[in-house]
Amino acid sequence: MTGTPVLAMSGISKRFGAVQALSDVSLEVNTGEVVALVGDNGAGKSTLIKVIAGVNPADNGEVRWEGRPVQIGKPSDATALGIATVYQDLALCDNLDVVANLFLGREVTRVGVLDEIAMERRSRELLTSLSVRLPSVRVPAAGLSGGQRQSVAIARSLLGEPKLVLLDEPTAALGVAQTAEVLDLIERLRGRGLGVLLISHQLADVRAVADRVVVLRLGRNAGVFDPDRTSQEEIVQAITGALDNAVTRRRARVEEGTATAPRSPDEDQPA
Amino acid sequence: MSTATTSPEPPAGDGIQSPGPSRLNPLAAARRRLRTGELGAWPVIIGLIVIWAVFQSLNDAFLTPQNLSNLALQIAATGTISVGVVLVLLLGEIDLSVGSVAGVGAAVLAVLTVRNGWGDVAAIIAVVVLGVLIGILHGSVFARLGVPAFVVTLAGNIGWQGLQLYLLSPEGTINLPYTGPIGDLTHTNLSTPLGWVVGAIAVGLYAVAVLVDSQRRRAAGLPIRKPVGSLLRVAGLAVLVAATVAVLNAWQGVPVALLIFVGLVVLVDLMLRRTRYGRGIFAVGGNVEAARRAGINVSLIRISVFALTSALAAFGGILTASRGFSASQSTGASDTLLIAIAAAVVGGVSLFGGRGSTYGALLGSLVLGSITSGMFLLQLNSAVRFMITAAVLLAAVILDSLSRRGRRASGRQ
Ligand SMILES: Nc1ncnc2c1ncn2[C@@H]1O[C@H](COP(=O)(O)OP(=O)(O)OP(=O)(O)O)[C@@H](O)[C@H]1O
Ligand SMILES: [Mg+2]
Repeated sequence: MTGTPVLAMSGISKRFGAVQALSDVSLEVNTGEVVALVGDNGAGKSTLIKVIAGVNPADNGEVRWEGRPVQIGKPSDATALGIATVYQDLALCDNLDVVANLFLGREVTRVGVLDEIAMERRSRELLTSLSVRLPSVRVPAAGLSGGQRQSVAIARSLLGEPKLVLLDEPTAALGVAQTAEVLDLIERLRGRGLGVLLISHQLADVRAVADRVVVLRLGRNAGVFDPDRTSQEEIVQAITGALDNAVTRRRARVEEGTATAPRSPDEDQPA
Repeated sequence: MSTATTSPEPPAGDGIQSPGPSRLNPLAAARRRLRTGELGAWPVIIGLIVIWAVFQSLNDAFLTPQNLSNLALQIAATGTISVGVVLVLLLGEIDLSVGSVAGVGAAVLAVLTVRNGWGDVAAIIAVVVLGVLIGILHGSVFARLGVPAFVVTLAGNIGWQGLQLYLLSPEGTINLPYTGPIGDLTHTNLSTPLGWVVGAIAVGLYAVAVLVDSQRRRAAGLPIRKPVGSLLRVAGLAVLVAATVAVLNAWQGVPVALLIFVGLVVLVDLMLRRTRYGRGIFAVGGNVEAARRAGINVSLIRISVFALTSALAAFGGILTASRGFSASQSTGASDTLLIAIAAAVVGGVSLFGGRGSTYGALLGSLVLGSITSGMFLLQLNSAVRFMITAAVLLAAVILDSLSRRGRRASGRQ
């Protein structure tokens, strides 16, 4: 963890009417690092992602990109910096094939005509480099499994050559094998030197891939953990706020010895 | 259709699995298509063959050069309108005004040329521009104000018909001259040799395109289709074109109107499949939200598609007027709208958006035109024709719904 982080945020606050969704939040992501963002429902994870993606700019706070202070006021600002966001759904057109989906909105043309060959070649190279397995790059997205769809959506974000990829609950709707597929893919993103910010409610997944775990609670930072040196219970305690005082911490350790990660269906697609 | 079968070199993408056995076995492939709902044009082609066989067995004047030539001319006008309907259907929308727009287009054409002395060509251009403007109006009310397309174009249906009646009053009908470009549009045939030349050029262009494509794919290290497959496709088209030209030449030659219609089908299809704009139309029809997030200007796509649809409808009105040498209060009225929409749907264009091609308009028009023509030969009246057309339409829509369900079930397990 040497050098300047690709993204460093501090003092980030965001208010929606009466709801203080984020207050004084700090976050750093380095290149080649997977940072997991965890927290209970309503903790402000998606709000923070939307701040970074430029969908809902922060009210105040400082954002540094590779050490420079920057303003992210709209989605195109984020894209221009090299930030790619993958939303869990609504990303693919079922009627279009994999190549068309990958290049949607940035098709390659030759004298005004779609260059299917160049797009297909780049698609195959990209998917191969990510070891994404598909029956064919010419099947419509409707024919893909949930894991394959998520993989295509993530691969698609890489076409813009980003430096930081934001994933909001990429495994929420997936089964065991498909989740493993996506987690492998996330590790490959790290291998390419990308920074990855991952939201997930599945602590087991988080511990499997993350280099650091950032906990949000009620819109505030509630600790940063190294998953290799922290037990799952400790992270759960940070999420639930049981660390607030020693008495609850002790009780929690006794009572929640078998606590499992809170789960929630993903309800927060950006409007 | 364009998936790999074999590759001379190892494919560039090792992560992409080589085609499984189901891809190599045509029967298994057909079953997979049936299950996943990717049926393509096969149901309508089979339907057309059945319809032709039935009518020919009932009356052997059906498959004669004269009858088939008439059929070709008959479908040109509504078929052109139907090409526009395909575009709105691809968006997952509907345009109920195309019949009235065709009618008002014919009326304006007649008023400009006969009453105001405009030149034919200038009037034709003016009517197509009018169609574009009408479509921009429909599309803007739909895309910018959020009024459902069905209601906007229903208002258009009534309103433009009103304008048509107003323009043609008090006579009700304006006759067009028998000579001049307007009449020639649907009353000119290519000479026998010219018909063959045009057919040969079409097949030649297709062959070159197939060849260039497979060479570029090979150069790019992508899997290519078996040469036999490419050869079969070119040969298939050659046989089809040769048979059509031979039949039409056996009567009065290839009608220019048919050439215009087929030309529009091919042109709009190329626009849909080979340009960013066309890709945008499919994306909006498939998943509006994904299209918007990919940076596609959804409103622009919607408005321009309605503009194209109305322009094609207006041009269909010109062809109708040309064929009858007149614009009347009934031009574009009665079943024009229904046949234009039904043809697209029978041709396999999905009502749910994002699936289909302009060739559906051609095939669907052929099916419905054949039913009309066959009924006429059997001297059955419109009553029976309507009922049979309804049955065919219903079958097509049921197939569309079933294949959609098939796709749902096979995807996203
Ligand atoms: N657009 C909005 N308008 C008003 N309030 C909002 C908006 N977006 C989020 N909030 C509020 O901000 C808080 C944080 O929400 P956020 O969606 O960031 O939580 P989350 O951590 O992603 O939760 P989950 O795990 O359920 O996805 C919640 O109280 C939520 O109601
Ligand atoms: Mg959320």
